[in-house]
Amino acid sequence: MAEPVLSVRDLRVEFVTRRGILKAIDGISFDIAKGEVLGVVGESGAGKSVTGSAVIGLIDPPGRIAGGEVLLSGMRIDNLPPEEMRRVRGKRIGMIFQDPLTSLNPLYRVSEQLVETIRTHTNLSASGARKRAIDLLAEVGIPAPERRIDSYPHEFSGGMRQRVVIALALCAEPELIIADEPTTALDVSVQAQIISLLKRLGREHGTAIMLVTHDMGVIAETADRVAVMYAGRIAEIGPVRDVVQNPLHPYAKGLMGAIPSLESETDRLVQIPGSMPRLSAIPPGCPFNPRCPFVFDRCRVERPEPIQHSEHRVACHLYDETSARPEAVA
Amino acid sequence: MTERSYIEVKDLRRLFDVSKPWLNRVLEGGEKQYLKAVDGVSFSIAKGETFALVGESGSGKSTVARMVVGLLPPTDGEVVIDGVSMSSRAALAERQRLRRRIQMIFQDPYASLNPRWQVDRIVAEPIRAFRLIEREKEITDRVGELLTLVGLHPADGKKYPHEFSGGQRQRVAIARALASNAEFIVCDEPTSALDVSVQAQILNLMRDLQDRLGLTYLLISHNLAVVRHMASRIGVMYLGRIVEISNGRELFAHPKHPYTRMLLDAVPDVGMTGRQRIPVSGEIPNPISPPSGCTFNPRCPFANERCRAEIPPLLGGVACHAIHEGRLAVDAAA
Repeated sequence: MAEPVLSVRDLRVEFVTRRGILKAIDGISFDIAKGEVLGVVGESGAGKSVTGSAVIGLIDPPGRIAGGEVLLSGMRIDNLPPEEMRRVRGKRIGMIFQDPLTSLNPLYRVSEQLVETIRTHTNLSASGARKRAIDLLAEVGIPAPERRIDSYPHEFSGGMRQRVVIALALCAEPELIIADEPTTALDVSVQAQIISLLKRLGREHGTAIMLVTHDMGVIAETADRVAVMYAGRIAEIGPVRDVVQNPLHPYAKGLMGAIPSLESETDRLVQIPGSMPRLSAIPPGCPFNPRCPFVFDRCRVERPEPIQHSEHRVACHLYDETSARPEAVA
Repeated sequence: MTERSYIEVKDLRRLFDVSKPWLNRVLEGGEKQYLKAVDGVSFSIAKGETFALVGESGSGKSTVARMVVGLLPPTDGEVVIDGVSMSSRAALAERQRLRRRIQMIFQDPYASLNPRWQVDRIVAEPIRAFRLIEREKEITDRVGELLTLVGLHPADGKKYPHEFSGGQRQRVAIARALASNAEFIVCDEPTSALDVSVQAQILNLMRDLQDRLGLTYLLISHNLAVVRHMASRIGVMYLGRIVEISNGRELFAHPKHPYTRMLLDAVPDVGMTGRQRIPVSGEIPNPISPPSGCTFNPRCPFANERCRAEIPPLLGGVACHAIHEGRLAVDAAA
């Protein structure tokens, strides 16, 4: 297999507070190959966004990367000096945030923001950069780009603004795009347009995409592989079809059952009792054990490590052959 | 429908004045401008039923909800609840009695609970406001009972809202809505701010309460899957009008209006059936200057001259010229 574009090894992120050290990310590992879309799902507080920020080196104090490595096409980037990291960010990694209005500067025309970004990362002339900006806007589906390019961000609708942000992320032809909840602020009909745009761009440019979202529907439509996060760890990671239709980890099972579906009718949704633990009170052993219907003694004392199980990797003692468990789960 | 509808909404309209200030109008010229948030919406809800309004942002669904509970006076049209018109002046006493039976649950459980009040005071507020129970001891008992009903512990009454998670806060909001023995609850995006596993808890709770107490819901949501799970009848709104209204199963199996079809197609689904999608184009237009005729015509693949000129009436549960004229076949494939 070719070298993955992004490789995260045993990453740990901590936040130092007066009341102790909070482990926001506690030892996660994953790869993203060229042209692949990795979906990262989980509920609020699972550590999805922190993972994204850690990859591009945007963890602010009191947060810090406490261990592990982040490799971009084989090059270690988590320990780069800030100035060098700044060049990697934007040039080799593009970023799309949830709220398009706050990621664009309201005081500058879209053209100025695009041209500035293009000229920072390439050696195009001012007019060449403007031409490239117009091409980019056309590529992300903005009608009449040569006229719209001189508009201010507030003159665009939400969906169009998100397209501008995507164009901005594409400026330097990055190897990796991190999209953090790119469609959450948008209406469904616009969301569908943005999703198909992201898919097409990934396919055409061979860009690896890390798609962070809480919406399983978006993941099912877009991603090739999916990582389900819980309390700062990856509970399960595998091909999207397998994880969505045949989840192994009890949390992933609960999560899939909790989503009301358009296709089938159910009287009651599966509900997972309780809620995600606070970072200050992550239970020992498996973090999911107080909510897990299949919990047994080992779960309360020993932390499960990811186990390869057919196509998935799942962090659950139920799938460990050596563990003495009460009975098998169907 | 043979039985009398519990809630009847007739031709509801609401304009918002979005004109520039008077001085600017005088100096710069220019007319008064109005935004038609809701334009002729009618529906009825039977007792014990869940009726849902779906639509994208700006379609006017929340404005309808606010008019139904009386938070916003309608510009025109009326809301009749259990045979009493909420806009007539005569039936003041009767309207007062009805108010008690209508409650609302809001989207953001962080904003709809007073952060400085303990939960028992929040839940007891409707009881005190309507003077349902006079003795403090009995109020305390009733609050404990309500908290238990929504899956909290009576001892939680001594906590403040910030001590609860989002889902628990929404439970508190539901307990408060039930405190005045409400029969009709308007839920405006009750689970939009919640995580899916918590959303499932709240939706299940809402259905359990409906079964136990015979509640009637008006559910406002942009999430079609939630609506399908909860509602027996559904109205689809677009730019202030209902474009299609039908029972839930029918709407999802055989959507008629082109907008409904587009909307259903656009929803990402975990079912992964690999169905073919019609590419969706365009966005909801600015409601200050809506397109003439059918407001959906600029995005509709079936639009013709008539669609651009004439507003289609709601006939047979759908407001679309192409369907009324038979140009667009109603999908009959079962």
